[in-house]
Amino acid sequence: MSFLCEPIGLSHYLAVGAFLFVTGIVCMATKRNALGILMGIELVLNGAILNFVGFASPYFRDENLGLDGHMIALFVIVLAAAEAAVALAIALNFYNNHATIDVDRANELKG
Amino acid sequence: MEVFLPYLPSLLAAAVLLPLVSFCVILLFAMQLGRRGKGAAAVATIAILASTVLSFFSAAVWFSANPPGAVHHVAETEDAGHEDAHAAEAHATDEHHGIPHEVPPVLVGEGYTLARFAGAEVTINYYIDALTIVMFCLVTFIATCIHFYSTGYMHDELHDVVDHEALLANGDSVERPGRFARFFQALSLFCFSMLGLVISGNFLMTFVFWELVGLCSWFLIGFYVERQSASTAANKAFIVNRVGDFGMLIGLMTLWASLGTFNYGELSADSPGVFQQVRSEKNAYQLQVPDGMVQLSAASRIEELALTASEPLSREQLSKEVAAAIPAWRNGTTEGDTTRYGYTLLIIAGIGIFCGCVGKSAQFPLHVWLPDAMEGPTPVSALVHSATMVAAGVFLVARSYPIFLPEVLLTIAVVGCITLFLGATIAMVATDIKRVLAYSTVSQLGYMMLALGVGGWAAGVMHLVTHACFKSLLFLCSGSVIHAVHTNEMPQMGGLLRKMPWTAYTMLIGCLAIAGIGLPSIFGLSIGLSGYYSKDAILEQIYAFRMMNPAWGNVFFAAAAGGATLTAFYMFRMWYLTFAGEPRSAKKFEHAHESPRVMVVPLVLLAILAVVVAWPIYGWVGLPTLASSVEEARPAGIWQDMPGVYLNVTMPEESKGHAPEVKGPVGLIAFGAAIGGILLASVFYLWKSLDPEDVRRTFNPIYRLLVGKWFFDEIYQAVFVKGTLAIASCIAMFDRRVIDAFLDCLAWLMVRIARLSDTWLDRRGIDGLVNWCSLQTWRLGDRMRGLQTGGLRQYVMLIVVSTVALFVLLSFWTYSLAR
Repeated sequence: MSFLCEPIGLSHYLAVGAFLFVTGIVCMATKRNALGILMGIELVLNGAILNFVGFASPYFRDENLGLDGHMIALFVIVLAAAEAAVALAIALNFYNNHATIDVDRANELKG
Repeated sequence: MEVFLPYLPSLLAAAVLLPLVSFCVILLFAMQLGRRGKGAAAVATIAILASTVLSFFSAAVWFSANPPGAVHHVAETEDAGHEDAHAAEAHATDEHHGIPHEVPPVLVGEGYTLARFAGAEVTINYYIDALTIVMFCLVTFIATCIHFYSTGYMHDELHDVVDHEALLANGDSVERPGRFARFFQALSLFCFSMLGLVISGNFLMTFVFWELVGLCSWFLIGFYVERQSASTAANKAFIVNRVGDFGMLIGLMTLWASLGTFNYGELSADSPGVFQQVRSEKNAYQLQVPDGMVQLSAASRIEELALTASEPLSREQLSKEVAAAIPAWRNGTTEGDTTRYGYTLLIIAGIGIFCGCVGKSAQFPLHVWLPDAMEGPTPVSALVHSATMVAAGVFLVARSYPIFLPEVLLTIAVVGCITLFLGATIAMVATDIKRVLAYSTVSQLGYMMLALGVGGWAAGVMHLVTHACFKSLLFLCSGSVIHAVHTNEMPQMGGLLRKMPWTAYTMLIGCLAIAGIGLPSIFGLSIGLSGYYSKDAILEQIYAFRMMNPAWGNVFFAAAAGGATLTAFYMFRMWYLTFAGEPRSAKKFEHAHESPRVMVVPLVLLAILAVVVAWPIYGWVGLPTLASSVEEARPAGIWQDMPGVYLNVTMPEESKGHAPEVKGPVGLIAFGAAIGGILLASVFYLWKSLDPEDVRRTFNPIYRLLVGKWFFDEIYQAVFVKGTLAIASCIAMFDRRVIDAFLDCLAWLMVRIARLSDTWLDRRGIDGLVNWCSLQTWRLGDRMRGLQTGGLRQYVMLIVVSTVALFVLLSFWTYSLAR
């Protein structure tokens, strides 16, 4: 398993990122609990961030400072925090009105 | 006084505008002026009083600057830079004819330019001569008297009025609020219009004020608008005047088209007025057809001139050739063409303007409106329908006298002659006191026109002035009588001398004045009432005319002398029927009383004026007399006999009337005529030696003709009113049967087409397409709805599967197919 023997490099970042991403997708696709789905979203976002961080490695860049990847990662984190706040508020409201957070029960707007 | 001369136009303008101010004040603030506008009388009277003061002051200024009778030696220099262009007063001797002549002093100037066209201007300007000044004094003085008189006469209008002569459909009398303020408002507007008419300096302004006085007349005749007769009379006056004004418009258009100006006098050397074009200084002020008229009517000859030239002419060359040919065209001395180009145009212009005067001055055949106009309040009859407005026609004839050719003057004389005869004959048999005076007015206006028509410019204008004085006096006296006995019918009066002596004696003075009583010049000095001087002057002029044109002159002189007898007869008949003898209606006599002082004082003032206005003795102390003031304004150039071209008639110049061989016989004839008329009236109505009933029975057909007023109203009714109505009903029939039917047919067709297109095109075609589109959209949406399950996990799975599928497809594409 040369992959495991190599020093930590880009491919490891990508592997972990892909794993987190898939885990998140699976979590979103299987959970009926809204909080579970939110956790899945967090995982997906973090998997994506890992890709940015990986590609922001000094080996891939020239003389310039090249903080683009890191910046985007920070933005996504901030975005995720904002999204989580809104989503949790929605979940809380939904719970207040329906006494449940099962997303399958949220079918009032269905056409 | 002469230092005020530059301010003369401003003084007179103020005199014109003061009544307008009064009109506006009453119009806007009538409700604030006391109960029922009581203060309106004060406002209007103060305004006209101030105008009177200004007018008399202006007269003093004018006559001190231009003393009448004096010889004007000095040719006034043009005052460059000054707006007013003083027409030169010149005293020159005409080399061709060797006759000394004077140009009347005239003050013309421009106030405001209304419009400017290529080479022609329409302006507000003034034309001041002695005639203007005399008219100003006359109009303002009489108007002031009548304003005071009206304050008393219209007293009833201060309360609610029950008008017994206006009946509702159910037979009740009309009750209405009094209209005191409205009366004075209309009077003020009238004074403004009349003064504006007198001062206006061009034909257009004259026409505008001309229509304004007509409008005021309409207001005032129809003052008792609830009475059917009053509103009909107002409309009749207005419509009959329109007939005359139509002719006047034609005359004005002729002048404008050919001369390019409306101005009477010349404002500056390069823009001559109508008078200067017609009677130019070069031509010794003799009347000749102006160049503009010759050119206008000789348009075909000018065209010929341009076409037959050997080489094309430039504009300057052509105008030079035309100018050279104009004298020949004018006199009809061109080879093979004896047409006097432009002569007919000048006749048309003159007769057109006279048409307007026929309407306004109630001349035959348009005299029918004036007697009916007596429906208005009596002060209005005195001011508007005897003294001033109806005299406006005579004034305009006098003003535009320089443009009248002998043919036109003869027309004027004939119309005046017929009018004076008609009016006098009808007045003999009328029983309504105001109608006697109205027909007398018609007759006297005929006198003025006749005088002007036979060349007696000063005689006609003098009679205008004296007539205004004594006729307004007579009307006010009749108003005083009507005020006392509440009826117009003389058969119900009689014996009023005891009850109202002031009215009776002032009216007697008026009757003597209109009859022309005076002692002929036996001792070298003739003395008489005002009418004596003016009527004698007219008869003298007619006599002079008769010596040159026996055929026309005999008729004119017979009519005028006979008319003088009739005048004396009907006036004294009226006086005897009203004041002399025993009262014929005891009830009316009981209630009769002398009028209040505010009404009597104007009577006395006007009576004094009617006696003294024409006296020549003022000349002894250097004051202007009426005759000399009027003669000062005599237009330049009518100091010569004027022969006609188409008619064998010669207009004598006016001094021929003053010759001793004329003055002697005419004075005696006039004296005899007046005395004869008075004696005749006395025989019938005072001494009752003859019974008028007998005469009436003997001449029954003539009596019926006169009582029927020569059946003019009936003839006009049958010919014009019925004719118009018949034509109108024919046209209305055509309208209904043909035009309406055609339109109905078109409309029916349109409805059919619209219905068809509604069913087929609109509903099936356009609506169908739109409905089909919406149906398809709805169906598509309905189908697509199934895709939106709302299952979150389903969506996530779909996204993942699609992404993977896309990835696989892309890889497949990249690595196998693209290679």
